[in-house]
Amino acid sequence: MGINRLNFFKVLGLTGASLAFGKKLNASQEKGKLTGYKKEKEKEFVGVLYDSTRCVGCQECEIVCAKEHGLPEPDPDDYPTTEVVRKSNENRRTVINAYNTSKGEVYAKMQCMHCNEPACGAACLTEAMHKTYEGPVIWRENKCMGCRYCMISCPFDVPKFEYHSTNPEIVKCTMCNERLQEGGIPACVENCPAEALMFGTRKELLKEARKRIVENPDLYYDHIYGEHEAGGAGFLYLSPVPFKEIGFKTNIQNKSYPSLTKGFIGAIAPVDILLPAALLGIYEATKSNKTKTEDEQ
Amino acid sequence: MSQAINVQSKEKRENKIWPFILSELKPKGKIFTPFNIISAPIMLVGIIIIFLRFWNGIGSVTNLSQDVPWGLWIGFDVVTGVAFAGGAYVLVFLVYILNMEKYKPIVRVTVLNGFLAYLFYSGALLLDLGRPLSIVNVIIGNNFGVSSVLFLVGWHFLLYMLALFLEFSPAIAEWLGARKLRKALSGLTLAAVIFGITLSVLHQSGIGALFLMAKEKIHPLWYNSYMPLMFVVSSVFGGISMVIFEGSISHKVFSDQFEEGSHEKHNSILHGLSKICTGGMFVYLFLLVLIFVHEQNWQYLSTKMGLWFLVEVIGFVLLPMILFYYSYRNKKILWIKVASIMTLVGIILNRMNVSIIAYKWDAVVRYVPDWKEFIVTFTIILIEIWVFRWIIRRMPVLRKSPSWVKDSH
Repeated sequence: MGINRLNFFKVLGLTGASLAFGKKLNASQEKGKLTGYKKEKEKEFVGVLYDSTRCVGCQECEIVCAKEHGLPEPDPDDYPTTEVVRKSNENRRTVINAYNTSKGEVYAKMQCMHCNEPACGAACLTEAMHKTYEGPVIWRENKCMGCRYCMISCPFDVPKFEYHSTNPEIVKCTMCNERLQEGGIPACVENCPAEALMFGTRKELLKEARKRIVENPDLYYDHIYGEHEAGGAGFLYLSPVPFKEIGFKTNIQNKSYPSLTKGFIGAIAPVDILLPAALLGIYEATKSNKTKTEDEQ
Repeated sequence: MSQAINVQSKEKRENKIWPFILSELKPKGKIFTPFNIISAPIMLVGIIIIFLRFWNGIGSVTNLSQDVPWGLWIGFDVVTGVAFAGGAYVLVFLVYILNMEKYKPIVRVTVLNGFLAYLFYSGALLLDLGRPLSIVNVIIGNNFGVSSVLFLVGWHFLLYMLALFLEFSPAIAEWLGARKLRKALSGLTLAAVIFGITLSVLHQSGIGALFLMAKEKIHPLWYNSYMPLMFVVSSVFGGISMVIFEGSISHKVFSDQFEEGSHEKHNSILHGLSKICTGGMFVYLFLLVLIFVHEQNWQYLSTKMGLWFLVEVIGFVLLPMILFYYSYRNKKILWIKVASIMTLVGIILNRMNVSIIAYKWDAVVRYVPDWKEFIVTFTIILIEIWVFRWIIRRMPVLRKSPSWVKDSH
């Protein structure tokens, strides 16, 4: 068991090649990133603006969402009250909750935020969780292996899992991606009787949200939830009270969540390439020691 | 003439290989030992539960929920188990890279342990996957989620299993009496070692990196951006503690496999390992204090979770470190073993804290594993021990290589 000069050069050559190749790979990734960035600039993601000052808590969005996605019909006895916090689950992708606030009872709709850089998408190792070019974050059945890493990673705890199925699916709001493909708008937006929901590009929606705040500064709390949270999200929120009062997570960071793992992932390729070379070097160095001591003996 | 005999004997060998393997499959030794009598029913129940899991879904046998998607099967079997298997990469580094011949007698058994651990942990992982068949998506590469930490962990995991198998394969060749094959396989050892260590460093740290995106969900005393580094460092002394613990048991249980005088040799190995553990734990504690001060975590210490944190760090890192150092200085082999067990408890605490206990620590309803989850975990460990025992009784792992091997392990 040993390494002769020829082998050594072979390994050296391979290391060199992988270094060169690795660099090339990095370069092309860099390029990809750039074009990705450009794409983002060229085309604004679509999203939905939810105005909780307009919402009347009628649950129409819950009902049409269930119908649209073939989920069980919502239980009529299960309506938003200030006593319980209802949560989305494998049978409902969106819920309305009522909160007692400093400005009376306020409703808040919860569903997937459709982040610009979704943590679930970065977590998914099969690319089942996918941010589409248009903006919705969708789940693709044929790719998912059910590891639930998306659920660990999502800062909003959105993805739900069918624990009692033998072929479980991840359930989450898809912003009605199929309807969007056919030129439609999300079912909840289309059917909201109070016009609390509005569909459009993020840019338009942010403009509209700012306009509403400026025109009615007494009505609105001066913050658009989703503008910066988690690096920006597709769902944007307006509220009459601070968002903490209506059950929103206010400890969400403004940097995107995938940025938390970027440093680690970036370090993998260099370590994969340089560490074997270093180990081989140490091996060579200590081997000569060993043969020396053997000679002395 | 002699050539003809050679050919003949070769044919003979080839004709004998399958009957040989079949005869080796039969159990050796007593069947009704206390260990077997206790472990067999547990394994039977465990296998029934595994069957139920595939029949009715994961929710039917676990207490997992929409809020707690990863439970005991990931937190203990995978996250903790991988740290325990870290001994394999540390020892091959000592023996093959640093050429420390002293540790050579235990390298083969450690590599075997590592390989079996990975084999069974990935088995446990498959139980936990909702759609296990789709795992081929990651392997055949129609969907490479290269931005995913889990993707990198998975691939490094897979390749490392191959490296461990290659490192162990000369023992299989010796068992089969395949001289040429052994020569070829042992020629691959160095390459397997070098890539194995690299893959290990990356997936050990990767398991820490898995939780980086769960920033607000893990208690700030455990969550920090240095988790990958901390996981690698703790896998060094965690893995070695497992080697000490497992070696001490093997020396009793498989005493027939050892030559005379190996006991003293083993003690001297343990003595050396205790020094490495002391060093590793010192580095770990040093980093821990740095992170603690840097993140300004004083405020949490007076809380319940803070106390729990102190139990982990003082009781099961600092204390065993002092014990390792003390027993290294005074050559107290028994205390080395005690320290190794305390360290193992510390690793379990740390990994369970990050993945389960400090994960959504403030939730109203906390996750407590179902008894069925425990049984399945025990079943996996027990099957692993059974396979380990089967191999030890047959292959030259603890005992010396056959006489025809020149560079005996």
